[in-house]
Amino acid sequence: MALQGNLRDFTITQLLNLINLAGKNGALLVQGSNQAARMIFREGKLAFAQVGDSEGALPSVLHASDKVTDTQLHTLEQRATGMSDKELGLLLINAGYVTQADILESLQTYFTSIVNRLMTWVEGQFRFEEGVEVPENRIAVRIPLENLIMEGSRQLRELEQLRFEIPNLDMALSFTDRPGVNLKKVNLNVEEWRVVSYINPKNSIRQIATATQMNDLQIRRIVYGLLQAGLVKFVRPANAPSQLEGLKTAFPGVEQREEQKGLVNRLIERIRSI
Amino acid sequence: MLTVKMVVTGPFNAGKTEFIQTVSEIDVVSTERKISSEAERIKETTTVAMDFGRITVDNDLALYLFGTPGQKRFDFMWEILSEGMLGFIVMVDSTRPETFREARNILEAFRAFSPTPYVVAASKQDLEGAWELDDMRIALRLNEDEKLLPCIALDKESVKEVLLELLASILLELDNQ
Repeated sequence: MALQGNLRDFTITQLLNLINLAGKNGALLVQGSNQAARMIFREGKLAFAQVGDSEGALPSVLHASDKVTDTQLHTLEQRATGMSDKELGLLLINAGYVTQADILESLQTYFTSIVNRLMTWVEGQFRFEEGVEVPENRIAVRIPLENLIMEGSRQLRELEQLRFEIPNLDMALSFTDRPGVNLKKVNLNVEEWRVVSYINPKNSIRQIATATQMNDLQIRRIVYGLLQAGLVKFVRPANAPSQLEGLKTAFPGVEQREEQKGLVNRLIERIRSI
Repeated sequence: MLTVKMVVTGPFNAGKTEFIQTVSEIDVVSTERKISSEAERIKETTTVAMDFGRITVDNDLALYLFGTPGQKRFDFMWEILSEGMLGFIVMVDSTRPETFREARNILEAFRAFSPTPYVVAASKQDLEGAWELDDMRIALRLNEDEKLLPCIALDKESVKEVLLELLASILLELDNQ
């Protein structure tokens, strides 16, 4: 079924969060107001990206990261016609022009820059196509999304939007236990680490803000980033009233627990019979 | 007669009125008015105060179902309707991702009003363009222990399933203590 919509309602950061947490395989196609973009993911990690007319071919990527000169780029474009990026990469490594690390680093920098550009898009239709693979003639990389998401979240400046995303500062946070996610590998800044050190179901977000002396905008932005990166989740604060407390007024005049359960069982039987 | 109540809430046009109509034994007492706002004119009428439906168990017990208005400007009704509820259902239109954020906030508001058990019903799952439940769970920021159920508000069995799941959660809560 469809995973599609408009960037007005779902930002690129939120889409990356969804792809990351669901470990999706496929392509995210975005049609912006002037350009189209495509990002391909494998198991929730970025494998490839291209925007506009750029095909993201290896020679231009290496040139953009100063690994090859203008003359070398010209030569490669002329001679490497019909050659896949993998074949060309091997040729360049064997000829001693670049190392494998150079190639991977250049591709990662290039794809990351595309995603960062996309983060600024606020208008456009998106669609996720399941199962789409990186084209045969291109080299796939494997970039975890947590850092990209954190970077995108740091750019949020509008308090109104953050209030809509995190309406209740009385909620607490706890760490998620997603396999393969190591907090130490995520590039957090000092302020983010300070918040992380207070994350515990016993502490509400408001208490964390007080302890870290952060204002509304700062705490919401950091919490939003951690949530989007899938590092933390909302939980009810440990001292919040239980659901049983809430049920106290639901059975007027019926105090005994067994009697209350009897009423619920009668409701169940009745609804089954409808 | 003892009456207990559940609240059916959610964003505009999520299918709350249909949900109640499908299982209520009385014609739903509805406060629908023609929609005045152009932006929200994706259906002809909308609930402005509340919907009311009833399921009678026997001479001693009845379940009342209250549907909240979906439009934001009527949110003052939410707290009033949530008083003394047994639990609540948040309906979310699976085909309109633009309403997911609002659904999250409605859920949050109701949890704050009254911490009773709840389920989230992903409505219109039979329509083309409906999001998958797994994707909706992430977009709605629901944890694994929060129930997200597929729902077709016009299908009696589907509506019954949602109500039964909520009652099961209530029973579990009473059992846990």
